[in-house]
Amino acid sequence: MLTKRSLLASGFGLALTSSVLAQATLTAPPPAQSTAPAAQTRFITVSSTTSTTDSGLFNHLLPAFKAKTGIEVRVVSQGTGQALDTGRRGDADVVFVHARAQEVKFVEDGFGVERKPVMYNDFVLIGPKSDPAGIKGSKDIAAALKAIQAKGSPFVSRGDKSGTHAAELNLWKVAGVEIEQTKGPWYREIGQGMGAALNTSSAMNAYVLSDRATWINFKNRGDLEIAVEGDRRLFNQYGVILVNPARHAHVKKADGQAFIDWLVGPEGQKSIAEYKINGEQLFFPNATQPGM
Amino acid sequence: MDVSSAFTAALSLIFNLDPQFLQVVGLSLRVTLSALLLAAVIGLPLGALLAVARFRGRSMLIVLVNGLMGLPPVVAGLIVFLLLSRSGPLGYLGWLFSPAAMILAQTLLVLPIVIALTRSAVEELWREYREHLTSLGLTGRRAIPTLLWDGRFVLATGLLAGFGRASAEVGAVLIVGGNIAGYTRTMTTSIALETSKGDLPLALGLGIVLIALTIAINAAAFGASRVGARFAA
Amino acid sequence: MRDVTSILPLVVKGLSFAADGRLLLDDVSFRLPKGGVTVIIGPNGAGKSLTLRLCHGLLGPSGGSVQWQGESSRRRHAMVFQRPVMLRRSARGNITHALGAVGLADASDRADSALARFGLAALADRPARLMSGGEQQRLAIARAWALEPEMLFLDEPSSQLDPGATRQIEEMVASLAAEGMTILMTTHDLGQARRLGQRILFLNRGKLIEDSPSEAFFAGAASPEARAFIAGDLLW
Repeated sequence: MLTKRSLLASGFGLALTSSVLAQATLTAPPPAQSTAPAAQTRFITVSSTTSTTDSGLFNHLLPAFKAKTGIEVRVVSQGTGQALDTGRRGDADVVFVHARAQEVKFVEDGFGVERKPVMYNDFVLIGPKSDPAGIKGSKDIAAALKAIQAKGSPFVSRGDKSGTHAAELNLWKVAGVEIEQTKGPWYREIGQGMGAALNTSSAMNAYVLSDRATWINFKNRGDLEIAVEGDRRLFNQYGVILVNPARHAHVKKADGQAFIDWLVGPEGQKSIAEYKINGEQLFFPNATQPGM
Repeated sequence: MDVSSAFTAALSLIFNLDPQFLQVVGLSLRVTLSALLLAAVIGLPLGALLAVARFRGRSMLIVLVNGLMGLPPVVAGLIVFLLLSRSGPLGYLGWLFSPAAMILAQTLLVLPIVIALTRSAVEELWREYREHLTSLGLTGRRAIPTLLWDGRFVLATGLLAGFGRASAEVGAVLIVGGNIAGYTRTMTTSIALETSKGDLPLALGLGIVLIALTIAINAAAFGASRVGARFAA
Repeated sequence: MRDVTSILPLVVKGLSFAADGRLLLDDVSFRLPKGGVTVIIGPNGAGKSLTLRLCHGLLGPSGGSVQWQGESSRRRHAMVFQRPVMLRRSARGNITHALGAVGLADASDRADSALARFGLAALADRPARLMSGGEQQRLAIARAWALEPEMLFLDEPSSQLDPGATRQIEEMVASLAAEGMTILMTTHDLGQARRLGQRILFLNRGKLIEDSPSEAFFAGAASPEARAFIAGDLLW
């Protein structure tokens, strides 16, 4: 189901230099969008996760959606827990996150109308080339985490209630490690986003769980590389939810729904599949797959 | 990463005149200068009033304002966030995640600096001018326009300090602006974003541009005040 | 034009002033009719400047009263301080500011004639604070004069000036008096008091000891304190 990827082969140094010299642009939508006066702009606010923004996916998707509908999408990227909170307070029209259990609860509590699956990618366990836990190349995430805990190898946890943090805690459970009880100085909770967690790991040569998209787009790798990938349990599903207009009357129901329909419709799904960095596909559309 | 690649990134940003980059710089300046203007319009008269007025609790108010100069940007951001959130008292404005919210948050940060520095500058001037102005019948708030005008070169320094604080901060604008690409993304939130993406050369390059911009604005203000300052000898 | 009624005579009755529990001015009374130069003299701390400030209304008395005659829409007396307060503006700007403050029309013309009257026309655009001490005091007098006061208070106007500048200030005071302006000034310079004053008020430790015509005062003061002061003995 998951294909092998080999970004490292393309060369870290090359990626870094080319990004600086050739791109040197910021992740922003085309200027045409931003020059329109805000008051007249038709827009919705989407609270989403750092991975979707940091991977550049939205820069790829939103211009196409705007061209078709004239609706500008303003993305506030936060950890999944915070993104859902933003929706709960009514500060966004749509939430686009990756923590299924929390999303289901969000809808059950009446904050969202309906959760729809959009796409997936996968998590990867990143670690230093020296591989102190001796887990490189493994496809068994549970065994790998057990080894890290047993050897007390440095491990960086997001610790920020994000989707990735939730996934990590779940994986410890799967590995049979009671992380709350057994964590020692080797387990470092930083309470920050994915990028910050990768920067921290890079600085102290620690293991860290990352979504693949952020990892591929991440430039400050230092001695880090993928240690474990390809385990089915590393699956990472994204879902989209319209904030309930019955709770927050100002929610832009029609435009928000239009964005959701587009995302899970053929055009959006095709656009997601087409997004690649260095020839590598980052997200895999699966809106039509039941039970996701 | 090495520093030379950061300078390469900075130069590339400046010379490519990338429209998205210019938009980010433009928004940064717009937000910061608007906040500064608001803070000046409110803070200069208030600071002057605090200097010349005598009332119960004045000393406490001065201590409070001086203390608020150190208000952490994140706290200012949080206050504005809670006010402007749809679930907050000013939620109906729909200002959260907009430049208006960022301007509000930065005004809150700059205002204590402007009030405190105005208060101390005007108080010193008032000590010197008091008898003459009183002789002319300019007492209390009637003295304020003269004091502000004659203190303009000292006050400009205070405003520059406020500008520095606003242009350098990231905590408040990130929380209330949401760092939305093309809409609320500023120089500082871009730096935070690029850092989190691990693109340290680009982040530092942006930092270099920001520093250069701040220095240029300070130099311009310094030059202008040098020309006029001979009257303030 | 000028208010028809005069604010003079100035009547000071039982004036006293206390600060921090100390009585600095004690039951001082005098009456100033229109015209002439009256000089307050006395040792340091006698209350000379304090008397001027109370009369001019910069301070409120602890007891007694300062009475002007008639009703006036604006203050018709002005004051020049020992250390001239120069605004951070040009010489002309200092005068136009004062005129604007009291609401006199034609500020620009009035400022120009004041500058010309006191020999400052060439310095009109000079930053006031970069002028010499003598020029600043002349500007302070010109600024007060432009307000068209009926009475002028001068607090030790030349105490910080060299002899040349002092002579200029004295000539100005004399000519203002000759034009009919009523002047109450302080000085610690007995020669100046003798040259300018027609009437002397001698203060010592907050009390008005002697109030007499200048000639009589210097020919033979009535009180032993005044005689000692004239003789150059320190008074306590």
